[in-house]
Amino acid sequence: MKERLAIPRQAMPEQDATDRNRNFQEVNFGFTEQIAMLEAQRCIQCKEPKCVAGCPVMVDIPRFIRFVAEGDFTAAAQSLLGDNALPAVTGRVCPQETQCEIECIRGVRGAPVAIGHLERFVADWARQRGAVPAAVSPAVSGRKVAVVGAGPAGLTAAGELAKSGHDVTIYEALHQPGGVLVYGIPEFRLPKRIVDQEVGRLQQAGVKIECNVVIGRTYTLPELRERFDAVFIANGAGLPVFMQVPGENLKGVYSANEYLTRVNLMAAYEFPQADTPVLLRRRVAVIGGGNVAMDSARTAKRLGADSSMIVYRRTRQEMPARAEEVHHAEQEGIRFELLAAPVEVLGDAQHWVTGLKCVRMHLGEPDASGRRSPTAIPNSEFTLECDLVVVAVGTRANPLLTATCPDLKLNRRGNIEVDTDGMTSLPGVFAGGDIVRGAATVILAMGDGKRTARAIDRYLATKR
Amino acid sequence: MHLITARTQLSPNVTRLEVVAPRIAEIRQPGQFVIVRRAIGAERIPLTIADADRQAGTIALVIQAVGKSTRELVALLPGGTIQDISGPLGMPTELITAGRALCIGGGVGTAVVHPIAQGLQRRGVQVVSVIGGRSREWVIFEEELRRLGEVLVCTDDGSYGRKGFVTDVAREVLAAGGVDIVYAVGPVPMMRAVANLTRPLNLHTIVSLNPVMVDGTGMCGGCRVSVGGETKFACVDGPEFDGHQVDFDLLWDRLGTYRTQEQHALSLHEEACRVGLKT
Ligand SMILES: Cc1cc2nc3c(=O)[nH]c(=O)nc-3n(C[C@H](O)[C@H](O)[C@H](O)COP(=O)(O)OP(=O)(O)OC[C@H]3O[C@@H](n4cnc5c(N)ncnc54)[C@H](O)[C@@H]3O)c2cc1C
Ligand SMILES: Cc1cc2nc3c(=O)[nH]c(=O)nc-3n(C[C@H](O)[C@H](O)[C@H](O)COP(=O)(O)OP(=O)(O)OC[C@H]3O[C@@H](n4cnc5c(N)ncnc54)[C@H](O)[C@@H]3O)c2cc1C
Ligand code: SF4
Ligand code: SF4
Ligand code: FES
Repeated sequence: MKERLAIPRQAMPEQDATDRNRNFQEVNFGFTEQIAMLEAQRCIQCKEPKCVAGCPVMVDIPRFIRFVAEGDFTAAAQSLLGDNALPAVTGRVCPQETQCEIECIRGVRGAPVAIGHLERFVADWARQRGAVPAAVSPAVSGRKVAVVGAGPAGLTAAGELAKSGHDVTIYEALHQPGGVLVYGIPEFRLPKRIVDQEVGRLQQAGVKIECNVVIGRTYTLPELRERFDAVFIANGAGLPVFMQVPGENLKGVYSANEYLTRVNLMAAYEFPQADTPVLLRRRVAVIGGGNVAMDSARTAKRLGADSSMIVYRRTRQEMPARAEEVHHAEQEGIRFELLAAPVEVLGDAQHWVTGLKCVRMHLGEPDASGRRSPTAIPNSEFTLECDLVVVAVGTRANPLLTATCPDLKLNRRGNIEVDTDGMTSLPGVFAGGDIVRGAATVILAMGDGKRTARAIDRYLATKR
Repeated sequence: MHLITARTQLSPNVTRLEVVAPRIAEIRQPGQFVIVRRAIGAERIPLTIADADRQAGTIALVIQAVGKSTRELVALLPGGTIQDISGPLGMPTELITAGRALCIGGGVGTAVVHPIAQGLQRRGVQVVSVIGGRSREWVIFEEELRRLGEVLVCTDDGSYGRKGFVTDVAREVLAAGGVDIVYAVGPVPMMRAVANLTRPLNLHTIVSLNPVMVDGTGMCGGCRVSVGGETKFACVDGPEFDGHQVDFDLLWDRLGTYRTQEQHALSLHEEACRVGLKT
């Protein structure tokens, strides 16, 4: 035990910051077997593991880590994949520091066990060896389920439903499945091949995926209800929010969704080999403090910007981004302009962006949500020079689908209301992920997909 | 994958493709468009559904070759395929149900006006179309529109129909009176001119905007336009709007966002074609 406690938390081997901020290859290399086993030994195998309670899908963390410590990676993979359908994804993108790792007992004195890095290691080890358990198709139930949206919520639900023997069809609006995992989160954080592999596995399990189908346009929700025994809506929260300040329609102002979609989904970083262009500029200002803002700022740097900065109205403590992303951004030379709120985008005579007029903010007392709310300091205007602005201040529910189905009950913010089973106001229509929660996380979306799939299974069993 | 079943050259740089897309052919309505990705790696570009044949399960795309993506599309032959077609997208045209409508089409916009005129005629509305082109060979969709009502043609050089711009002819039709609504589709300057013509008459005028689009589902905000001082996403709120409320200057300006890059891509493409790497 003594020796175990003496092992320091193992660092993730990564690409050097000055190299990686010029390429789109993954930042983290992943643990080697030796490092993984060493890190796994730091877990003291708690009888009542707090870490598990911190994970939204309750991964049996000590169990898979014990197998890693013993060097039995196959068993580790089996254990992990039983709890979590996309560990290669969550190991990379979960905000571990506020979920599983914050609860880890080892964090009380010292550093918590690197649960996310171990999860990623096990998932990659299994993928590379093809040791991922083959999808089994059980007895056919004769029931048909439609899933709207091929993001993490939809993919997870489809996998679970197929396991239960249902005939599942996913309808995806874009030409490629994956949702935010393919159009939003950049290659350097989550290689697209990981998502592709997972999608391939689902297809092997009999899940049908129809791309280029926009529900609300190509088919309506009432039509799906007629053709399927149940529907799961997981269309995400993809509507970009703008700041509503003057100058936002100037050339050189992007929503983060557009900027990242051009670069990731459409591979604009390879222009003109790929056909979709993206504006390349020297000085880029990204507004916001979440993962989306970090991804945009780091993307700008990789596209060759001399300077790329984050403009955020609170301080570093309040930033909602994953700690690792903020840290990586700093290493890569991203500038942080904190306590600054844009009030206008400035442009030249040709309507190209030239700068961002901001006011200085000051943090007041914590409000009801516990966050200190920012207020503008009078007469504190200043200008940041920049020639590209990326707005990453959030997304909301896209009304495209819901507008064509007025019976579907929404809350004030346009999100779909569901009961504890994930069922909406329409019998047989379920929803989960960002469309219910508002912009949240991959693992919460997956958790919804998994839980709701079970509820759908129960619903189908009681029907007729 | 969508099979191309027929190809017609309508004018020196406008091509019509019939493409298999049964679901879209079945439910498309006037004013709606599709987003097309010719092949893996290609750009997603919006194109209006100019016509559809439900029986054959095909839609007609009428494409003006302006840049790399459109040139590659018009180079496709029957038997060829388009990788992705998503749709039908956008809001259907707001169609009146009685009275007389003036439909104005400039250049490739004439193909966009066609389904609108079709919808109007089906509802029993009397349709007058004013269409134009640079010269005789640039006038498209004349015959199709004649089946739906009266057609007045004009050309810039007077080689066919009246000499002059569509706005000149439209002005006369409007002066004669009896027009209840105007639909105008064409280059931005043309739509702006029509809106200026009908504004003093207080005559409802619908225009179809063509901002740069990516997803076509309201996800990127790249297609934002300003209408009545409010920001709208053309792909989901439009593409058709009240011409008297549209900020045409902004639209025109934003359309120039990628000009340098587009020209670069086009010159590389032309070079590749010239040396025979591509056809
Ligand atoms: C840039 C970025 C970085 C992020 N980083 C992280 C991170 O590091 N960690 C983390 O946990 N979370 C992160 N998130 C949040 C996370 O990605 C989302 O919470 C998660 O993807 C939500 O999953 P979902 O399945 O509900 O929706 P989405 O992933 O949004 O998928 C919805 C899918 O539905 C499709 N769709 C939409 N409308 C229709 C329609 N009408 N018909 C058919 N299909 C439709 C969309 O095209 C999309 O593919 C990030 C988000 C972004 C944008
Ligand atoms: C709703 C809508 C319907 C349209 N219908 C038709 C149609 O029926 N027939 C037709 O020929 N054209 C139509 N267009 C215009 C067509 O989409 C563009 O001509 C095409 O995208 C140009 O691509 P390119 O690579 O060939 O040219 P590029 O060299 O890339 O660009 C030439 C010009 O086309 C415009 N453009 C470029 N990329 C896009 C894009 N992704 N989305 C929209 N515009 C872009 C810009 O103004 C640009 O300056 C429509 C546009 C919209 C928005
Ligand atoms: S899924 Fe996320 S929260 Fe759960 S154990 Fe894995 S990294 Fe932690
Ligand atoms: S709380 Fe930490 S030490 Fe305890 S079981 Fe979980 S990971 Fe291991
Ligand atoms: S094209 Fe992306 S929002 Fe309209």
